[in-house]
Amino acid sequence: MVGMRRETLQAYLLLLPAIVLLVAFTHWPAVATLIDSLYATPHGSRPPPFVAADNYQGLIDDPVFWQALLNNAWYAIATIPTSIVLALLMALAVNQALPGRAMLRMAYFLPTMLPMIAVANIWLFFYTPDYGLFDSIIALFGGGRHNWLGDASTALPAMIVVAVWKEAGFFMIFFLAALQTMPTDLKEAAALEGSSRWNYFRRVTLPLLMPTTLFVLVNAVINAFRVIDHIIVMTRGGPDNATTLLLFYIYETGFRFWDTAAAAAATVVLLTIMALAAAFQFGVLRSRVHYR
Amino acid sequence: MIRRRSLLATTAGVLAMPAVLRAQTAQKLTFYYPIAVGGPLQAIMDGYCKDFQKETGITVEPVYSGDYSQTLIKALAAIKAGTGPQFAVLLAAEMHSLQDQDILISLDDIGLDADAKKWISNFYPAFLANSHVDGKTWSVPFQRSTAIFYYNKSAFSDAGLDPEKFPTTWAALAQAAAKLTKRDSSGNVARWGIKLAGDLGNAQWTFGALANQAEQKLMNEAGTEVYFNQPRTIEAMSFWHSLSAQHHATPEGISNWPQLTPDFLQGNTAIIQFTTGGLPNFRDKATFPFGVAGLAGKNSPHTVVGGGNMYFFKNATKAEQMAALKFARWITAPERAADWSIRSGYIATSPAAYETPALKEYIAKYPEANVARTYLPVATGELSVHENQRVYKVLTDNIQACLNAAKTPAKAMADAQTEADRILKPYRRA
Repeated sequence: MVGMRRETLQAYLLLLPAIVLLVAFTHWPAVATLIDSLYATPHGSRPPPFVAADNYQGLIDDPVFWQALLNNAWYAIATIPTSIVLALLMALAVNQALPGRAMLRMAYFLPTMLPMIAVANIWLFFYTPDYGLFDSIIALFGGGRHNWLGDASTALPAMIVVAVWKEAGFFMIFFLAALQTMPTDLKEAAALEGSSRWNYFRRVTLPLLMPTTLFVLVNAVINAFRVIDHIIVMTRGGPDNATTLLLFYIYETGFRFWDTAAAAAATVVLLTIMALAAAFQFGVLRSRVHYR
Repeated sequence: MIRRRSLLATTAGVLAMPAVLRAQTAQKLTFYYPIAVGGPLQAIMDGYCKDFQKETGITVEPVYSGDYSQTLIKALAAIKAGTGPQFAVLLAAEMHSLQDQDILISLDDIGLDADAKKWISNFYPAFLANSHVDGKTWSVPFQRSTAIFYYNKSAFSDAGLDPEKFPTTWAALAQAAAKLTKRDSSGNVARWGIKLAGDLGNAQWTFGALANQAEQKLMNEAGTEVYFNQPRTIEAMSFWHSLSAQHHATPEGISNWPQLTPDFLQGNTAIIQFTTGGLPNFRDKATFPFGVAGLAGKNSPHTVVGGGNMYFFKNATKAEQMAALKFARWITAPERAADWSIRSGYIATSPAAYETPALKEYIAKYPEANVARTYLPVATGELSVHENQRVYKVLTDNIQACLNAAKTPAKAMADAQTEADRILKPYRRA
């Protein structure tokens, strides 16, 4: 009994650094945000009054908040599957014996290594109307100009393309690592059985990649709500909120308007969405991804 | 017992010594400043601070902190965290919302002697328009500008227009811009007639000029009322909208401020509405003859002032505030104001600067640099209200919706008014 206790104590001591860091930088801020979201924004040195759900009512009444949610939903629906499929295709491509394979792998991974701010500035040039990269290429084929970022109908798709380009290479690395740990005897056995390549991919490779895919999916979902650097650099949420994502809305409310209470309420909404997504991914999907 | 107490007091005194010393002689100041125009302004600012250090022994560390919005965000965040700069260059138009934040100290409270009062009275009155509240002065004009047109003279000749006669009315401007727009055989635009910035942070400035051109004020002096749904405001919006919808002289959707400079230099756009601060950059980089002209108006030219003032923060120590004020006086002295104007393109903030030999010589050589100053009498103050950024955003969203053809000018302005009224309501209970 005494020995058990000592072991338990030891275990907790070993966990302590991680617990302290998690509580200080993850759990406490989340709880503090929840508490702050129930109070009005403090002005000067007066303590803010308790307002219960007023801040949430304010969000419900704000059309920009709803548009940010809707935009973010489209953004997630478009970026997550596209970047995962693209990453898988790229990983399969560079997993074969090819001349210049190392270069190709690096080329695919390059977008991940560049800082998003720098990347966004390069893409600003790509999207420049008339003489930017895309319009120059389109002009070669006789096409006209596009106000990619200044037109409400193309601004969000333009942001989605940047995100997919940035993320796919990162996810490719995980798929590539998983592919390389796959035992080669499976492939030999499949070849002996006379299984076609597509059949092998569908019945063996894909199921074995499922745990990796779940991990990538979790990351993709988080990034769809977390990365807004390119929005800040390229569109600032415009035109007319066409590219306002949830986190950008929170940033503007908190740090441009200094309405910290409303920003806290919106943050709680964001946290709830993320928690639900995580619960679904780990609770429902995880039990199904392992190959049995 | 007594011994112990006196020992404690002595220890405390010794420990507090550095703080006392620091309070008496502020040796090191930090200030944030934005750059909103092209050109090597960072190097120029570093040079000034070095000179100031040599003359006074006070080290001023200038922190370049992005554009105006970013500087405001960074300064506020740093001050709220208790580690802020002692002073900063922020938009002159932010005064009401900086008052909301309760972080400013007025020049009067830092302490102004007769000499300093004279110094303040020497600035152009238009540039002090956004500095006064409650009978006190809250900011020092520094990098001030007006909105102005830059136009490509070659394009004017090419389109059969007189490059020495710039249009002064909306009708003439729209007509010229339409003529300047050049399309190739397949209908693609090779050159746009005109571009105005409509992105967040700039749309309200562009629009402030347009509203003044229709002779409509956008806000009251207390910063508690806006006049977005007035007929003349709607007229201003309609004019902006018509440049693409009716005259096809500017791209549909919005044009971004940072894009205007390359657009103009590439010959992609014949006329841009920009800040006077852009002049040195165009002077150095334009490969074609270009002109500077006052903004046209509905009937006659009108414009809007813009740019940044120096604000002082009350979280700094008294000594730091006094040192910061000393720096402000030093850097706005006529010779330096003249130098800053020549190298940055901003309008020198006092008439005395225009009497210095350096600026006189520069203007004689380069009359374009004097154009903006002559429009100061027809310039209005910038849109400046409480919750400024929020009202800017509401106005910008609706301007963008209108330019994207999602709302009519009247609907956009009505929506902007409703939203702005909601935001400003708490400030109207006086």
